[in-house]
Amino acid sequence: MPLPATQPNVRVVTLKIDDLDLSAREDETLIEVCRENKIPIPSLCHLDGLSVWGGCRLCVVELEGQNRLLAACSTRVAEGMRVHTNTERLQRYRRTLIELLFAERNHICSVCVSNGHCELQWLAQKCGVDHVRVPYRQQPYPVDSSHEMFRLDHNRCVLCTRCVRVCDEIEGAHTWDVMGRGSDCRVITDLARPWGESDTCTSCGKCVQVCPTGALVKQGTSVGEMVKDQHFLPILARRRHAR
Amino acid sequence: MSTDHMSTPTKIRVATTWLDGCSGCHMSFLDMDERLIALAERIEIVYSPLVDTKELPEQVDVGILEGSISSEDDLEKAKTFRKRCKLLVSLGDCAVNGNVPSMRNHFKLADVMDRAYRENVTLQPQIPTREVPALLGTVKPIHGVVPVDIFVPGCPPRADAIWHVLSELIEGRIPDPSQVTRFGA
Repeated sequence: MPLPATQPNVRVVTLKIDDLDLSAREDETLIEVCRENKIPIPSLCHLDGLSVWGGCRLCVVELEGQNRLLAACSTRVAEGMRVHTNTERLQRYRRTLIELLFAERNHICSVCVSNGHCELQWLAQKCGVDHVRVPYRQQPYPVDSSHEMFRLDHNRCVLCTRCVRVCDEIEGAHTWDVMGRGSDCRVITDLARPWGESDTCTSCGKCVQVCPTGALVKQGTSVGEMVKDQHFLPILARRRHAR
Repeated sequence: MSTDHMSTPTKIRVATTWLDGCSGCHMSFLDMDERLIALAERIEIVYSPLVDTKELPEQVDVGILEGSISSEDDLEKAKTFRKRCKLLVSLGDCAVNGNVPSMRNHFKLADVMDRAYRENVTLQPQIPTREVPALLGTVKPIHGVVPVDIFVPGCPPRADAIWHVLSELIEGRIPDPSQVTRFGA
């Protein structure tokens, strides 16, 4: 779903989120309204300024009158909606999703350069994940250190595709893509060539900054030193859409 | 457990031990500093690397395990702790999620042994077999082998987090460690 350009005359709808009466522009998504109104919604793939992906499912919410859960990032507001963002069922699902992410690859926070600045680590704590109930898969994934400035560690990748989208939509280089299915799924540069040999990468580092974990980091960072700065994204995205 | 103890002057009996970890969690325990004195009035440490007792008593209120399950000895100790402790606590990331010790799981045990005891040794390279427990093929968190009641992540969990958990237990409440600590800490 492409980012909607802001239209001058959009209608306003009223809806209820967690018993709060709210109004929103009809072209907004639920996650945008929640964020504007300081209602916490966990998410890994959604990022203000990038197109909607709806892949991580952490932002699922309940809509009254409907049994199916909806991703708040890919659901537009509608008149009279009654939404619940933090029910016991949602908490249970979110917890399980985060546990599965930890079990699938090798997120060892204590020796990660993003320790203390990681969205997955932070969400785990917020959602009460103090241990992982499923067995760890214990499968090693490769690390690509061929780029002179950046490093890609597939062990810490959650496949949110923020890197793919920021490279395509904001930088305009489209170096990143996704390859493979299931547990073999991974992000690739060019046609799965080493990042350092990429003809298209401009070395702008936007992918590194938007990566929620320690999968994309600056070379030369030590444990806990990889602090990410995403301020550029909403600024660039808005200026571009204002044109 | 603790409601009984609230009504009696009996102290809560606590045991701790150190499996495959670096002892950093026990160091963090000691980092509670002067609070240890207050703690000593409410708990009795009946078995631990911090005290002299050599045998785990038959009945313990709270068992605290640091480190992951990497050897036959770790497995045995975890089972014994589970059997004798009313409440079992996984303290620190190694106990909770395998952490650094589990990073060897990507390699075959034989290769790990070769690397440690043959490839990198210049004098009498040999695999130790006597007086050391055999390593298990896969390193697991404690709850991978016995049920655990309370998980306190962190590498190590800060002294404040350990203090919070123990204070809650002393007051007869089940603590929520996510309030005070996280993976990696």
